Amino acid sequence: MKNPFARRSVTDLSPPAKLGAFVVLLIWAFVVLFPIYWLFVTSFKTPYQVDKGPFYIPFVDFQPTLAAWRYILVELGNDTLRPYTNTVIVGLSSSVIALVLGSFAAYALVRFTYRARVGIIGLGIGSVAFGFIATALGAPAAIAFGSAIAIFAILAQAVGRRFTRAMGNSDIAFWLISQRILPPIAIAIPLYVLYQQIGLLDNIIALIITYVAANLPIVVWLMRDYFASLPRELEESAAVDGASIYRIVRSIVLPISVPGLVATFLIVLIFAWNEFLIALVLTSANAQTMPLQVAAQNATRGPQWWAMSVLILIMIAPVVIMAILLERYITKGILVGALKG
Amino acid sequence: MLLILVLSIFPLVASIALSLSRLAFHQGGVDLKFIGFTNYQQLLFGLERSHFLGVLKSPSPLGWAIVIATVGLSAYAWVRAARSGRVRPIGLVLRLIGGALLVGFVWIVVQALVSDGGRPGALIVTLIFVFAGIVFQYALGLGLAMLAVQQVPWRRFFRIVFLIPLTITPVGVGYMFLMMTDTSKGPLEPIWVALGLRNFTWVTDPWLARLAVIIGDTWQWTPFVFIVLLAALESLDQEVREAALVDGAGRWQSFRHITMPAILPVTTTIVLIRLIEGFKIIDMPNILLGGGPGTATQSMTLQAYIDWNTLNLGRSAAIAYLLLILVSVVATVYVGFVRRRVTDLA
Repeated sequence: MKNPFARRSVTDLSPPAKLGAFVVLLIWAFVVLFPIYWLFVTSFKTPYQVDKGPFYIPFVDFQPTLAAWRYILVELGNDTLRPYTNTVIVGLSSSVIALVLGSFAAYALVRFTYRARVGIIGLGIGSVAFGFIATALGAPAAIAFGSAIAIFAILAQAVGRRFTRAMGNSDIAFWLISQRILPPIAIAIPLYVLYQQIGLLDNIIALIITYVAANLPIVVWLMRDYFASLPRELEESAAVDGASIYRIVRSIVLPISVPGLVATFLIVLIFAWNEFLIALVLTSANAQTMPLQVAAQNATRGPQWWAMSVLILIMIAPVVIMAILLERYITKGILVGALKG
Repeated sequence: MLLILVLSIFPLVASIALSLSRLAFHQGGVDLKFIGFTNYQQLLFGLERSHFLGVLKSPSPLGWAIVIATVGLSAYAWVRAARSGRVRPIGLVLRLIGGALLVGFVWIVVQALVSDGGRPGALIVTLIFVFAGIVFQYALGLGLAMLAVQQVPWRRFFRIVFLIPLTITPVGVGYMFLMMTDTSKGPLEPIWVALGLRNFTWVTDPWLARLAVIIGDTWQWTPFVFIVLLAALESLDQEVREAALVDGAGRWQSFRHITMPAILPVTTTIVLIRLIEGFKIIDMPNILLGGGPGTATQSMTLQAYIDWNTLNLGRSAAIAYLLLILVSVVATVYVGFVRRRVTDLA
């Protein structure tokens, strides 16, 4: 039999070191899996068994029951299925949109130089703010925003000439990430009012738009670093050979940045999948998502551990399957091969 | 794109207005009543100060030493910057303001933590959560990612399993840790009994309660650091490392001079994202301890949430805005000093 700890290359670890690494990884895997195992056994317990003390192994310590699973999947039926499909649709579509938009923005920030005039940006934000404040104070929206645009147009020329200081790429990137700083609690009510105005309350489209906006900065920041670490020579030689920028991105940049893309996709998918507070405020019945269902199990009778465990387990299942399918792409070798050619 | 712009600016403007007002109930509805900076004034100086900043008492000798050391160090750094001649006057003025802010901030922290009878409020508790969390999560995440890129048996299994904590919704993780930390019904009960702590609860000691929150937060967010660093490590060019090792470089040297510089940019991004997300911590302290004992684990977002629930929307928005200012300052300083320097290196 082949020794699994044998050394395979120069960069590989020595056998004892490898065994050590394996043991450490095993310990952390236990730390991660034990709470999950506990959720798993709890989902087969009766309320009495949960309350009576710790029972660890089904059939040995306690007689498992499918009651909680039946309650969630059969008795609640559609009340579980609807939030579940909502979560899947919202999670997948918002993270795919965010990944596509964000990757292009990140690539542009890495490879092209932008310089926007500070004065113009400040003026633009000021004018928009003026429009909102005027609307809030009771002016009709059309007049408020019309005058805001007028103010912007009139002053822009003067300001543009006066202030020569410009904002570079890193300022734009920082502005993007700053969008995530305000805690959801402060965003929730304004968003509620906004979506109420355009009639998108309790609609998954509102959730998708909000999550795209919320996840975009994360995609841009993570992908910016991955793109920046790619060797420039490859793209330059393709450009010399006459390839268009879209072609370069499609057939060179995207294939070699697959590890970063996959990792980023998983992260934003998980963020959208699990978001709680904004979903709580923006949805009521039709567009509810799974995190709300989990939280709802803490009812007036105290937390319904068994039902909650079932919900958490069925909620993480698709993400874990996705991780199993995508994990193989987070692997080395692609870049090395490209450079040799 | 315009839509996203509106989505990001509108809440910003609307919550300023909210933070300057109070909900007034009257017959047939609610009104926003403009009350100026009262909400902020209450939080920083008025009756909510002990809740938000903490109970401030005069520092112990150690506290004084810390304050004096901070003053000395900032003065030294400022004089050095002034002497170097490379900093423009406006930069010097800004640095002076920054130094004054730093000293003022250390003064508050010392009064709350290193003094007799002082007690940290939501602001300081949040900072404790954020910094302890980032340190643990980054150290664990980097270590695990370094091990998981090696050719160890079961490595695909590890890589997938390590992701799982992140996939659970934060509310769910909160309840899960509530189960795990239960000393009479939780799975660790035999351990508690063996330690003679059967009737012990985490809620008795403020620092133990905070530790529980940090442990839960670390369990949940280490995978984030792990997966991002894993992808970065995997896209490294192996040939350079191979060549270095063949030429007789030690493992530490190859890590220090090849791996580290390559993962530094993404490291600073992770820390920045965790910094921003960490300041919004709410579920773990809320579910695990309800912000208790007393207000010992109340983070700023949790305090805002509690005010929000009691319909004190103005104060809630004011807390959120103070959080925004705090995080902006921390993030700007971080990006300005750390990230630019690192990007120049790489």
